Amino acid sequence: MSRKMFSMLVNGEAQTLEAYPMERLLDVLRDHLGLTGTKEGCGEGECGACSVLIDGELVNSCLVPIAQANGTEIVTIEGIANGRELHPAQQAFLECGGAQCGMCTPGMIVATVHLLKKYPRPDAEQIREGLNGNLCRCTGYMRIFEAVEKAAALELTR
Amino acid sequence: MRSHPADYEFVSPGSIGAVLELLHCEPGEWLPVAGGTEVMVQYSAGRLAARRLVNLWDVKELCRITETDTTLTIGGGSTFTQLREHRSVQEHFPLLAQAASWTGSIANQNRATIAGNIVNASPAADSPPALFAYEAELELVSVSGARRIAYTDFHLGYKKTALAPGELLFAIHLPKRFAGWFRYGQKTGTRNAQAISKVCIAGVGRLAEGRVESLHIGMGAVAATPLRLRKTEESLVGAALTKSAIANARHVLLTEIAPIDDIRSSAEYRGHVAGNLLEALLCTFAASKDVA
Amino acid sequence: MGQERIVGTPVLRKEGVAKVRGAARYIDDISLPGMIYGATVRSSIPRGRILKIEFGEGIPWDQFVVASAKDIPGENVIAMINRDWPCLVSEQVNHPEEAILLLAHPDRHLLPKAVAAVRIEYVPMQSVHSIEESERGDVVVWGEDNVFKQFLVEKGDVDAAWSQADYIVEGEYSTGAQEHLYIENNGVIAAYMPDEGLTIWGSMQCPFYVHKSLVLLTGLPEDKVRIIQVETGGAFGGKEDYPSMIGAHAALLAMKSGHPVKVMYDRMEDMVATTKRHPSRTRIRSAVTKDGKLLAAEIDFALDGGAYSTLSSTVLSRGTIHAGGPYCWPNIRVRSKAVATNCPPHGAFRGFGAPQSLFAIERHMDRVAQAIGMQPDELRRRNFLRQGLTTSTGQVIREPVDLEGLLSRALALSDYPAKRERFDRENLGAKKKKGIGISAFLHGSGFTGSGERNLNSVAAMEATADGKLRVLVSSTEFGQGTNTILCQIAAEALGIDYDAIEIAPPDTSLVPNTGPTVASRTSMIVGKLVHSAALGLKQTLQTSGLLGEGWTTDEFCEAAKAHVAKYGALRSTSRYEPPPDVYWDDQKYRGEAYPAFAWAVYVAEVTVDMITYGVTVDDFVAVQEVGRVLNPVLATGQIEGGVAQGIGYAIYEKVQWERGRMANGQMTNYIIPTSQDIPPIRVFFEETPFSHGAFGAKGIGELPMDGPAPAILNAVSHATGDDFNSIPLLPEDIYLRLGLSRAVPAEVVTV
Repeated sequence: MSRKMFSMLVNGEAQTLEAYPMERLLDVLRDHLGLTGTKEGCGEGECGACSVLIDGELVNSCLVPIAQANGTEIVTIEGIANGRELHPAQQAFLECGGAQCGMCTPGMIVATVHLLKKYPRPDAEQIREGLNGNLCRCTGYMRIFEAVEKAAALELTR
Repeated sequence: MRSHPADYEFVSPGSIGAVLELLHCEPGEWLPVAGGTEVMVQYSAGRLAARRLVNLWDVKELCRITETDTTLTIGGGSTFTQLREHRSVQEHFPLLAQAASWTGSIANQNRATIAGNIVNASPAADSPPALFAYEAELELVSVSGARRIAYTDFHLGYKKTALAPGELLFAIHLPKRFAGWFRYGQKTGTRNAQAISKVCIAGVGRLAEGRVESLHIGMGAVAATPLRLRKTEESLVGAALTKSAIANARHVLLTEIAPIDDIRSSAEYRGHVAGNLLEALLCTFAASKDVA
Repeated sequence: MGQERIVGTPVLRKEGVAKVRGAARYIDDISLPGMIYGATVRSSIPRGRILKIEFGEGIPWDQFVVASAKDIPGENVIAMINRDWPCLVSEQVNHPEEAILLLAHPDRHLLPKAVAAVRIEYVPMQSVHSIEESERGDVVVWGEDNVFKQFLVEKGDVDAAWSQADYIVEGEYSTGAQEHLYIENNGVIAAYMPDEGLTIWGSMQCPFYVHKSLVLLTGLPEDKVRIIQVETGGAFGGKEDYPSMIGAHAALLAMKSGHPVKVMYDRMEDMVATTKRHPSRTRIRSAVTKDGKLLAAEIDFALDGGAYSTLSSTVLSRGTIHAGGPYCWPNIRVRSKAVATNCPPHGAFRGFGAPQSLFAIERHMDRVAQAIGMQPDELRRRNFLRQGLTTSTGQVIREPVDLEGLLSRALALSDYPAKRERFDRENLGAKKKKGIGISAFLHGSGFTGSGERNLNSVAAMEATADGKLRVLVSSTEFGQGTNTILCQIAAEALGIDYDAIEIAPPDTSLVPNTGPTVASRTSMIVGKLVHSAALGLKQTLQTSGLLGEGWTTDEFCEAAKAHVAKYGALRSTSRYEPPPDVYWDDQKYRGEAYPAFAWAVYVAEVTVDMITYGVTVDDFVAVQEVGRVLNPVLATGQIEGGVAQGIGYAIYEKVQWERGRMANGQMTNYIIPTSQDIPPIRVFFEETPFSHGAFGAKGIGELPMDGPAPAILNAVSHATGDDFNSIPLLPEDIYLRLGLSRAVPAEVVTV
């Protein structure tokens, strides 16, 4: 089969690229665009290490064919910080020890940003549910919950 | 990633008419893909038999949720997140909103569609029990037009459905007649999120003068298809929900389910827990007054 | 203690900013010019001979590089302790998914198709798939008798003790395999140039282990093999030995193809082909007085080692030494063995044998308590090790140990006494039964016995030409905080800011061999070496006159810069010195097994749903004495993460074996807890500084793995009034057990 042209906004920048329609969005981000912050942990939509936002919605990019991302606005972990200034979620993860090996961290932070947009003052249950698609093997989640609460507090004071 | 992207064709006709035309012209050639939460897993694992895929994600006609006084019509392309967040689903069909919240993770709910869940026909799917409870009607479309069938007529065997070649599941129609009915839904999985059901149950019912007037119960992961527990319901309609009636219903249940041993659980466990869940449903039903 | 500026404070993770930005570069984020990809053709049978290999149609085989055992320049072996682990099958397969051929091609997506197109015909042989089958010896699959290793530990006179007992309690306890499930799969890149030699970058714990194995495999001189650890996404022991295997595979393809080669596993391959935690079976027979004094125990501890010996002897060793738990046994005999079966070799996993044997003894203690009619906490209290008492290997506890204090604190924090009583009252007929259970345990820090002496580790501190201060160790970061705490220690020792310290990448051509990053030794032992090296560097600067009485960070760096300019390279090294009076007999397995132990008491509160038989952990209290908390955020994170893995080990994670192959090799079917499954984990530390550990620190990395499973099973047994002695404990198992019987008393013989 042949490659096709696809266009999308990635972290605010217009991107046009040639790819097979069934290339996974995850691989397009990593291999075509060099955005290696989004990770592959399982390839089956279970671990959430590949989480990105498509038109503001949290999705597992390992399950999205690039053809379905055509014409969308995508935000990856690289687009979360504001240039040199860390996003409150990133700052909170740093201060609370929310990242250990760091492999789940990009997806976890994208999920956090998504959660806080939906629930600026999330309670414990909403935090747990908001992150239920992001598996972490290192932290036991406690520092991550704390980081989300801290991020919410930081955002509200911004 | 165990498939080669170059081996696959993926087209986006963009409208329901164009998609149906394609399915009609090249029957059996094209696999429809909506959210991809099932197809893409197989693809990644190198187990996707189909090589030509047609995109449903951008077919706007599939995504509408409309309602009248009597019916809520859910477009097949509605995602589980949309179902969870829709005011009318929450109000009139809470078991369906609940089932949608059970499925996968937030990210998966943002992509998984109700039609995908139904047509994929996993016996353990999360939405079927609620759809049985609410007596859903499916609207199937093809180039020849539209037809409706009761959801109870849709599953014919393990991963075999009444969907004819060239047909798509266009919409699910739910009758708004369950206000005030008793309701109960439970899922047993391997963990609290991202779990495929070992057994799941959803039921609605109404008592009249202490006796069962109506009872609809759906159950998943206990047979080759999702089940509407007709025999169990019949054994209870008109009866009072006494201890012995409930115990008897457990026996009847065992005659209409056929759980298996698989990678997730055992037939014996499933059978027993199915009985426990039924009993819990009926006991809660018995203790309920008709809720406003 | 406690006057430090940096040690003991929650400084930010050294590489934390990169991690939260998504800028940390793991091996699959890295590409080299001209790089191609490698993949592995693996066996589909558990044991047998290869008859024929055919390359199927539809694949442009002329474009591929194919490597087999014949292409190995040196020895076809991945050297660990023994040399029985082949890099590639030459004639006989000994486990499913054993590596047979290696393929390389520029198109990454073509490789899985190519692997699937290789057809192999075998002559199957009989295979063995359980400890019982292996020990029966009808089918011998390794050595003379399937036994990799055995130990015998004896103290006192066990045989004479039985007649003194008021009660003799017996039990059998078992634990299943556990998959590490680091979120980053195994991966490496290898590059070979005839003049430069071989370089391997990868996700790993022990660059010098990989170095040793690759020197033997390639026959290259030591200085022509260079191993570099890159950012590693979790390890837990699963990247202690396995990287030598995947590194060897990439190296062979790189050497044969003339290109750099990346071998990156996907999740399924990683799950089915790499190491797991050793399954175990423990039989305990114990003698106790009616006053709850432990008199004697006879313990039979067996591990399933998989197809090759790899690390089984050391896992067995640690499990054996920990088998008696944190108690004083006047008389004890521990007989242990690791046996061969036909599945991928089992390997290191956080805890390394101790979670297995501690599970058994801690379940056993509850059953003993029940048999004699004593509360589980009281029985423990009456038998805890204390300063001056001896362990099962005859090690005298030299430091103050207050297990009773830990226990009291844990019980208070968890509200144990009130809850225990309330649950007892309310459980009858309840649809959701509640239980609360304890575990008490210890974990030896560092290598066993003479292990640290044999490692002879060296650490270094250097100043660069532009005045930067660098820690040089082979210790690796994989989330546990190596980079951070070693830089904290250096900063403290030098008297400068934490931010001014760098840590060199673990590159075998650059750093000294500080030993492997395992065995909970990094804080205690490597930290101490870094401390000494830093002090040495500071002293050099002070003696040179370039530093005054006190200094700012800038002044220190200027002085360092000036020293380098004047005298050349400034480097201070420090070599491991064993603490005095440490004596260990490797033959009799007696003496000082570990320089120090960390001690802990954990409490788990559970609900058992009597409709679904599912267990939920509702609350978890973890109290431990660890010597010194070097960084409270990191230390707490280590305990929380270990507890979460322990919860998985107990009630979620089951490897489904089908004739030696993991049948549930996907994340959807191998279940670890999500954010919605984990209880509040409440962590509390106590500190009794260990004089030979950095700033008093003992090891904590593995400790939290030992406690959760027995505490949870004790709680489930309490909730249901039944006897659960095997993990993983799934709802199906609870259903079967409760369906079969009422409350089963411990097997008791009253004398």
